[in-house]
Amino acid sequence: MTTILETAGLSRTFRLPRTGLGSSRAERHALVDMNLTINAGDRLGVVGESGSGKTTLMKLLLALDTPTAGSVAFRGERLPLADMARFRRAVQVVFQDPRSSLNPRMSIADIVREPLECLGIDGNHDERIDDVLEAVGLGAAMRTRYPHELSGGQRQRVAIARALAPRPEVLIADEPVSALDVLVRDEILDLLQGLTTSLGLTLIMVSHDLSVIARLCDTVIVMQDGVAVERGRTADVFSRPSHPFTMNLIAAVPRLPGS
Amino acid sequence: MSLLEVRDLVVMFGDKRVVDGISFDLEAGSRLGIIGESGSGKTLTTLAIMGLLPDTATVSGSIRFEGQELLERTDAQLSSLRGNRMGMVFQEPLTSLNPLMRVGKQIAMPLKIHRGMPIKEGLAVALQLCETVGLPDPERIIRSYPHQLSGGQRQRIGLAIALACDPVLLIADEPTTALDVTVQKEVLKLMNDLVASRGSSLIFVSHDLPVIATMTESVLVMNTGAIVEHAKVGELFANPRHDYSKKLIATAQHADALFTTFRAGTS
Repeated sequence: MTTILETAGLSRTFRLPRTGLGSSRAERHALVDMNLTINAGDRLGVVGESGSGKTTLMKLLLALDTPTAGSVAFRGERLPLADMARFRRAVQVVFQDPRSSLNPRMSIADIVREPLECLGIDGNHDERIDDVLEAVGLGAAMRTRYPHELSGGQRQRVAIARALAPRPEVLIADEPVSALDVLVRDEILDLLQGLTTSLGLTLIMVSHDLSVIARLCDTVIVMQDGVAVERGRTADVFSRPSHPFTMNLIAAVPRLPGS
Repeated sequence: MSLLEVRDLVVMFGDKRVVDGISFDLEAGSRLGIIGESGSGKTLTTLAIMGLLPDTATVSGSIRFEGQELLERTDAQLSSLRGNRMGMVFQEPLTSLNPLMRVGKQIAMPLKIHRGMPIKEGLAVALQLCETVGLPDPERIIRSYPHQLSGGQRQRIGLAIALACDPVLLIADEPTTALDVTVQKEVLKLMNDLVASRGSSLIFVSHDLPVIATMTESVLVMNTGAIVEHAKVGELFANPRHDYSKKLIATAQHADALFTTFRAGTS
C-alpha cells in the first residue's frame, strides 16, 4: 500500500484578539498533535461538531494553511514541496457551497479549464473538459452556461468536474452536500461514490452528518476540540462507539417513528 | 372553528405561482410540520401567514387566524398580531437578532410593544424567560450581545423572544438547521416541552424528515408550491402516497438504519 498523505504531530494554534487593553491574547488549539496516514484508495471520513477542527485539518492537508507544529508529507516528502504544482495536481478539493466556490463571471467550460491552465497540464483541454463534464453527468451543452443558470446540484457537479480535471489522486471534500436538498444530496453522494470507485480516487470527506460519512467512507475519525477522540472502520465506530462523545453524537440523531 | 384556516392560498411573483392554491387547517394546540425542498413554497407559506411577504408578491385566497381574515388586514393590524398572538423563530439566530442590542432588551421589546410594559419590568420577565429556555446564569446572559453567545444560546434567545407574549401559535422555520446535532437535540426537546406546557399550536418548517417526525403530529409535504400529501406522521411513514414522500422516507430510513445496532445496544 502506498502512503499518499501523512501527518506527524500536526497542530494548529490560533491567537485570539485581545479582549481588553493590556490583556494577553488567548490561544485556541484548533488542531492538536494529529497523526494520520492516508493510503492510496482510502476513503476517510472526518466527523465532528462546529469548532472541532475538521476544517482546520482539511486546510492543512491541502496546504492552504501552515501548521504551528508538526508536518504534512505528500508521498514521503514534507510540504511545501519545491514544485507545489505537482502537489496541486494530485490533491484537489470540493467545497461546501458551489455558489461561492464557482466564479460567477466565468462560463462552466472556463471554470473547468482554469486548473488545467494554472497547473500547466498538457494535452487537449477542450477534450478533457468534455470528458469530466460527462463523467459528472453534465452534457457538453453546459459549457457555455454560467453558474447562476444552474441548480444547486448541477453547480456541485461542476465543482466536482473542476476538481477531477487535473486527474488528481486525492479528492478532499469539505461538507460537499450540506448546502443541498435531501434528494439532490443522494444524487451527489452516489456520483462521488461512483467516481471514487471507477477512478480509484483516495477520498477524504469532512462532514457533520454521520449518515453522509457512513455512505461513502470505509474509515472514520471523530474529532472533538482538535483531537481525534475515536477512529476506526466506519461500520464499527457507528455501531459500537467506544468514546462518550461519539455515543452522544449518534444518540442525538433524530429517530424515525417505529425505529 | 380552527385556530388557523388557509384556503386556496396563492402567492405569485410576477406571473410565477410559487404557492399554488394550498388549503389546510390548524386546530388549537396541535402541531403541524411542513416539509419540502428549497423552492417548494414552505417558507413563503409561513411568511404569508405572518404577513411578511415582500411587496413584490401578490397574494390571494384566504388566511383566517382566530376567525379574522389576515389578508384584509393592514400592516399595522398585522404588526399587533406578530410577536403577540403569533411568535416566530427563524433559521439563523445570528441574523434574526439585533447585533447592537443586549439580548435582555430584545426579549423585553415585544412586551413593551404589545403590552406597554416598561423595559425595566420587561427585563425582569426576560430573566424568567431565560430560565424557562434553559439558559444558565440569566443575569449575565441578558446583559450579553448576540455575538457573545453560542449558536444554541442564540436560538434559545430567539425562542424566549417568540414566547415573551405567550403566543397561541408558534411558527418555527428551520429553527435548528444551523445548529450541531447535539445542540439540535436539546433545542428540539425544549421547544417540545414549552409548546406542550403552554398549550400553543406549532407550525414547524424543515427539510429534515426525522426532525419533523419528532416535533409534529401531522405533516404537509410540499412540492413546487403545492401540497402533495397531508397526513398524520405515523400514516405518512406507514403508507406514503406520493412519490416524493416515498423518496424522502426511503432516504431517511436508509440513514436511520445505520444506527440501529448502536441503539439496540443502548435502549
